[in-house]
Amino acid sequence: MRNLKLIAVFVCFISLTAFTVTGTAGYDIGDIATDFSLQNIDGKKVSLSDYNTAKGFIVVFTCNTCPYAVAYEDRIEALNKKYASKGYPVIAIMPNDTDVKPGDNMQAMQARAKAKGFTFPYLMDEGQKIYPQYGATKTPHVYVLEKTTKGNVVKYIGAIDDNYQDASLVKTKYVENAVNALLEGKEVEQTKTRAIGCSIKVKR
Amino acid sequence: MKQLFLLFLFVLSACKEAPKDAPLSENTSTKLEQNDDIGLEIYDYDGLKPLINVDDNTIHVVNFWATWCAPCIKELPYFEKLNADYKEKNVEVLLVSLDFPRKYETHLIPFLKKNSIQSKVVCLDDVDQNRWVPAINETWSGALPATIIYKGDKRKFFEKSFTYEELQNEVQQFLNP
Repeated sequence: MRNLKLIAVFVCFISLTAFTVTGTAGYDIGDIATDFSLQNIDGKKVSLSDYNTAKGFIVVFTCNTCPYAVAYEDRIEALNKKYASKGYPVIAIMPNDTDVKPGDNMQAMQARAKAKGFTFPYLMDEGQKIYPQYGATKTPHVYVLEKTTKGNVVKYIGAIDDNYQDASLVKTKYVENAVNALLEGKEVEQTKTRAIGCSIKVKR
Repeated sequence: MKQLFLLFLFVLSACKEAPKDAPLSENTSTKLEQNDDIGLEIYDYDGLKPLINVDDNTIHVVNFWATWCAPCIKELPYFEKLNADYKEKNVEVLLVSLDFPRKYETHLIPFLKKNSIQSKVVCLDDVDQNRWVPAINETWSGALPATIIYKGDKRKFFEKSFTYEELQNEVQQFLNP
């Protein structure tokens, strides 16, 4: 019991110190997003700073095992096909603890990417250090970033579109609208959207 | 040739199943459908809304879950236990399934039968999540599981998993305010 109290105090202390620096909620629109160096399915490390000619990024927290993420796989690939050449490549990050979700481990990620023919990097958030900084809570969870002299500025947070069940019935393509606006030098109209997803898996 | 015939049969059966998924796209009514076998009620958000805003003397515990959501399945027995243990104390559990409509027959109903779920279960089938996720709670990012506990005007929202003790503690605060 005493140990438990000690742990509780320690956790409080850690949270206080951690949260005064980063905030609990992650990024909001206009914040500068952190870069990272994460392992890709091909074994190489990938950072946003590797992309010299990019104008920005479509960062997608996604995984193999979430039905919502699976429902969006083809649409994530389509986003990369459409926007990588225009300067907005998709960077996919798998945020789950792979002990909790073995179906999301590196081998499984490699197999899934191969089966689906992903043309974007599919990175492992090793140690789960990146997703909390972004404030991602679920898969899929998208952050559109615009590269500026100050850094990569968060311009959109949320869902890919408004119909997870059927791509052909989508009325509003949130991410495409955001990227299109940025490419035209306009402000993003709908900067945040909400959708159901699978909670990011951590050890309890 | 035999394979072709099998394929034909498959397509035929698929067509037969299809209308079950159909109503949601052009639905105007609030209650979309009722599956007679197990009495599964399927609602869009406007249909669900009155069910999660019942103004009576009961403590309502509403859990948003799905059969594919591992942490939801883990905590489901606690909601079942709460529903049984607190029945006399005016506590009612409502399980709102967010399973994909095409999984109702193959996953959800078998799951409910196998585990003989006693709490009331309804399905929420409404693709316009950007409308109803923040409407249910402004702070909800959309991750599952999520839970509402309310009585009259008093309402608490949780985007987290529960242990039975945690759940009891929260309900206790509604019982002895």
